[in-house]
Amino acid sequence: MRRYFGRKLLVYGLTFFVAVTVNWMIPRFMPGDPVQSMLSRANVAQPAAVEAMRVHYTAMFGFDLPLWRQYLNFWGSLLRGDLGISIWLFPTPVTDVIVRAVPYTLGLLIPSILLSWVAGNRFGAFAARRKWLDNTVLPLGYVLTATPYMWLAILLAWALGIIAGIFPVAGAYGFDLQPSWSWEFVGSLAQHWFLPFASLFLVAFGGWAIGMRNMIIYELEADYVNYLRALGAPTRLVRRYAFRNAILPQVTGLALQLGVLVAGALVTEIVFSYPGLGHLILQAIQNQDFFLLQGTFLFIVIGVLIANFVIDIAYVLVDPRTRTGMGEAA
Amino acid sequence: MRSEALHFALRNRKLVVGTVVITVFLVAGVVGPMTIGHKPADYVGPAMAPPSGEFWFGTTTFGQDVFAQFLYGLRSTFLVGVLGGVLASVVGMVVGFVAGYRGGWVDELLTMVTNIVLVLPALVVLLIVNAYLGVRSVGVQALFIGLTSWPWAARAIRAQTFSLRSRDFVDLARLSGVRTPKIILREIAPNMSSYLFLTFILLFGSAILIAASLDFIGLGPTDSVSLGLMLNNAARWSALQLGMWWWFVPPGAGITAIVGALYVMNVGLDEVFNPKLREM
Repeated sequence: MRRYFGRKLLVYGLTFFVAVTVNWMIPRFMPGDPVQSMLSRANVAQPAAVEAMRVHYTAMFGFDLPLWRQYLNFWGSLLRGDLGISIWLFPTPVTDVIVRAVPYTLGLLIPSILLSWVAGNRFGAFAARRKWLDNTVLPLGYVLTATPYMWLAILLAWALGIIAGIFPVAGAYGFDLQPSWSWEFVGSLAQHWFLPFASLFLVAFGGWAIGMRNMIIYELEADYVNYLRALGAPTRLVRRYAFRNAILPQVTGLALQLGVLVAGALVTEIVFSYPGLGHLILQAIQNQDFFLLQGTFLFIVIGVLIANFVIDIAYVLVDPRTRTGMGEAA
Repeated sequence: MRSEALHFALRNRKLVVGTVVITVFLVAGVVGPMTIGHKPADYVGPAMAPPSGEFWFGTTTFGQDVFAQFLYGLRSTFLVGVLGGVLASVVGMVVGFVAGYRGGWVDELLTMVTNIVLVLPALVVLLIVNAYLGVRSVGVQALFIGLTSWPWAARAIRAQTFSLRSRDFVDLARLSGVRTPKIILREIAPNMSSYLFLTFILLFGSAILIAASLDFIGLGPTDSVSLGLMLNNAARWSALQLGMWWWFVPPGAGITAIVGALYVMNVGLDEVFNPKLREM
């Protein structure tokens, strides 16, 4: 078990290293000149002012130093928590901008991931090999899991927000409110939270339900199931054993799907102008704010790594084989 | 054997439905744009017109033909899916076969690389890469999607190769002096060809979805129209608030139909290849 966690941590450490290196390399080795595009966005006419800005931006990236020095400096400022100054919200440090947005993204992601995983697995296991459920609800599951996150979000916003007028479609709370711990504010927060949450939940739910249904069908063909049936075990007991075996790949699947789920949250936030990381990314791209974009990237990578580690711990708790060291976990 | 697979394929409703849907959209994307006299970005009609006999899917705020954009968009969607899917499959197969067949330190190294790319969230990496690219084309988009979405395929293929490599027929080939690349191509790959095809279909679908998200965020191709870009434009120009449903419903429905059909096809094929899964 120590070996298991050791390997995992090694992979995560290396991934972080690669992510930082990629983050450092892209502005320097991709075609295109970030300083130039920032200058053209600023749209200043005076040549003297443009020159001053060029010097300033070049120094901010550190382009005037030798490459190895740039790389070391990049790590140095990263370890001090310094990700640069945002251009969109000048002169707020990027770290502050991101820290303010993270709670909104987590507030959407964590409930939608956990609830869709639990509900989807239960429902998928229930639907497997039950004729009418299998034939009516599963096509729906396929449609849901194939739906682009932003499209379902747009449809929900249009149907329930614009036409029915039940839910607001922009922001995280009413424009007339200030963040506080009053009932009014919390209620407004919940109201604005519901639609983005629902669209994330529904798409993910479809995927988990189908995955579980297919796993259960595999399991119900296994030898141990035939043996139990031959012994005359009740169907409920057989299904319970099948479920416990089928849940393991779904835990691994959760780790594999994390990237897709995060991506889904980003585009959903953009649809609803929800002030989380997705909104930041949109602003960063529209304002050519490369520091903000790169900072957000690092934050997301760190978040995904932590989540992966939590899932690894969960896997050990669910699968007794990793605990006793009988099998090599995937 | 081949006719048996065909027998079950034609009787598998999922496979038939999925294939029909894909074919219809493929034909629409390939042939459709030729039947339209104008370019998708041309201002050809009245602004904000709802669907009518002349403009089947209505027009945008600027009087562009949504139906024309849809047909051209289907074309880029298929292009990105096929190119991205093929590239990801090829990388996944090479890494998976080599790691699974060679074993030892080669396997350790490749598995490590696979795990690292697997943990990195693909879309976020693509965001950074595309943001720094000034000019973006469908081809370049597909290239980067292919380069980031192969890891799970590599892992699955490695596991399959692992279980095949110690079979008698592989040992026999090795003993008769057949070289490694040939063993992989002639002995191992054909025995998991159905699996490889299923992997490709899933990568195809996920490439389409990733491309749509990128386009929606505003990092789509700068030189052509795509279904994701249509959604992006619709959202940017407040089609939602103006009630212009004909602008944002078709592109999303197109993506959903194509990807959904691919997934359903995948399950259908799985049932055809795997007798245990066939409905009794």
